[in-house]
This record gives sequence, structure tokens and C-alpha cells, in this order.
Amino acid sequence: MITGISIVSVWVLDQDSAKEFYTKQLGFEVTTDFVLDNGMRWLTVRPPGSTGQELVLMDPSHSMLDAETAEQVRALVAKGALSPGVMSTTDCHADHAVLADRGVEFTQPPADRPYGIEAVMRDDSGNWFSFTQRKGWS
Amino acid sequence: MTSRACVDVRTLRCMRRARDTIDRNYAERLPIVALAAEAGYSVGQFIHAFEAAYGETPGRYRSRRRVERACELLRSTNLTVTEVCMAVGFASLGTFSRRFGEIVGRSPSAYQEQAARVGGPAPIPACFALMCRSGLPASPAPRD
Repeated sequence: MITGISIVSVWVLDQDSAKEFYTKQLGFEVTTDFVLDNGMRWLTVRPPGSTGQELVLMDPSHSMLDAETAEQVRALVAKGALSPGVMSTTDCHADHAVLADRGVEFTQPPADRPYGIEAVMRDDSGNWFSFTQRKGWS
Repeated sequence: MTSRACVDVRTLRCMRRARDTIDRNYAERLPIVALAAEAGYSVGQFIHAFEAAYGETPGRYRSRRRVERACELLRSTNLTVTEVCMAVGFASLGTFSRRFGEIVGRSPSAYQEQAARVGGPAPIPACFALMCRSGLPASPAPRD
């Protein structure tokens, strides 16, 4: 039986910059950061205190992808086409204010939706995430 | 993805930022030349690079976003077609109706009538919709 999702891959354009963004700006903690023999850097982060899902911040140019595909993925990330998922918050307005203050780019401010309060943000590479306070979660 | 993959990542990031600016301010009449300048391009280069990245010019992209927003307002509010046209940032009813027809396949009023037939009366009174400008808060709503 599948019991959960432990790691989700996020393509990033620059792992150093992504590490900086996810830790300094979003406040995530690094769970693993090491380089494998084949040159692939395994860099994982998670929200502070979370014991569940981690994000692995992958560089397409040093991954299982061939060079041409890696370039295509980099282009998709850079143009803002990819969305890895939804980040959950217990207070969308307050967290939006804190993160925006730290320079996190939001494409939509918090707004009431049928399922909760949602803002939309981008990471430093161009990936967009929904940033949502689900109804009944806080 | 063939020729588009050749566009360099730096350019794509600039185009993405410009597109986000359009999305955030879709109802405002920001001149394309200002968007180009902010991105560090001449107008011609900007339009060309934007179209290479997203398959349509920035002007067409913005008017499509406005029409999408107009559909939502026509469905969910009882604003008149003219009010919706202004709320989403079109300066002329003629341009709005023409672009709306191109994208949706019928006129704004026909769209509104059909939405009312299918979904019942619009749930949001016009006065509220107008207070929130075009329905979405321009800045974060005040906290309680």
C-alpha cells in the first residue's frame, strides 16, 4: 500500500541560488546536500520541522536527462511554465506579508477561494507554487 | 519544441518577469513600450522575444487574459457588458467585443445571456464587484 509521497523533484536553474532562496527566503531547512560520483548533486530541502515531504532541487544539466532535453527543461522553468505543486500555510495573509518582505515574488496576492485563501508565488528559478491556507486547516 | 528551445534562458527569464507584470496589472493600460523598457529591450526585440517564448505577442497575450477575466465577471456578476469591458482594461467597447468574439466565439452579451440561462442569476451584485475593482483585490485583503 502506498502510504505517502516523500520526495518531489523540482527543476531549478542554479542549485546554489535555489538553496539560498529556499533556505533564506522561504525558511526551509536543508536535509541533504552531496554530490554523487556521476556529478549529480542531490540537494533536498523541507519546511522547518516537517517530517513529511521533501523537495529535491534538481539541476537538469546534471541529471539523468540528455543535454538537449535538459536545455528544454531549463527553458520551460525559465519561462515560468512549470508548477511543482501547492505549499500549505496556516495563515496565508501573514506568511505572504513576511515572504514578500523577504523579496519573494508573488504573482497573485492572497485571495478568497472556495477552498481557502490562496496566493501564488514563484521560486528564484521561475517555478510557480500555489500558496494556500485550506479551509478548516488553521 | 524545436526552434524555441534555442531561446536562451536569460531572455526567457526576462520574458517571464514581463508576463508576470502583465498578469498582475492586466487591467491597467501599461504601454508595451514601458514593459519593454523595464525588461531592457527595444519594443521590436521585446515583442519578438515574447512571441518566441509564449506563441503570441504581449498585446495579444494581455487582451486574451482580459477576455478570460471578462468571462468570469460576465458569469459571476450582474455588471453590464460596458462595465465589464472597462473593468478588465479595454478602452473601447468595439475592441473588446471583437477580441471577445475571436476568443470565445460569440458576443459578450450572448455569453452573458447563456451563462444566466445555464447557471441561474449571477451570484455577485455589481456594487460589490465594482468595489473590488475587477473582482480580485488589487492588494492583500485586510486581515481581521
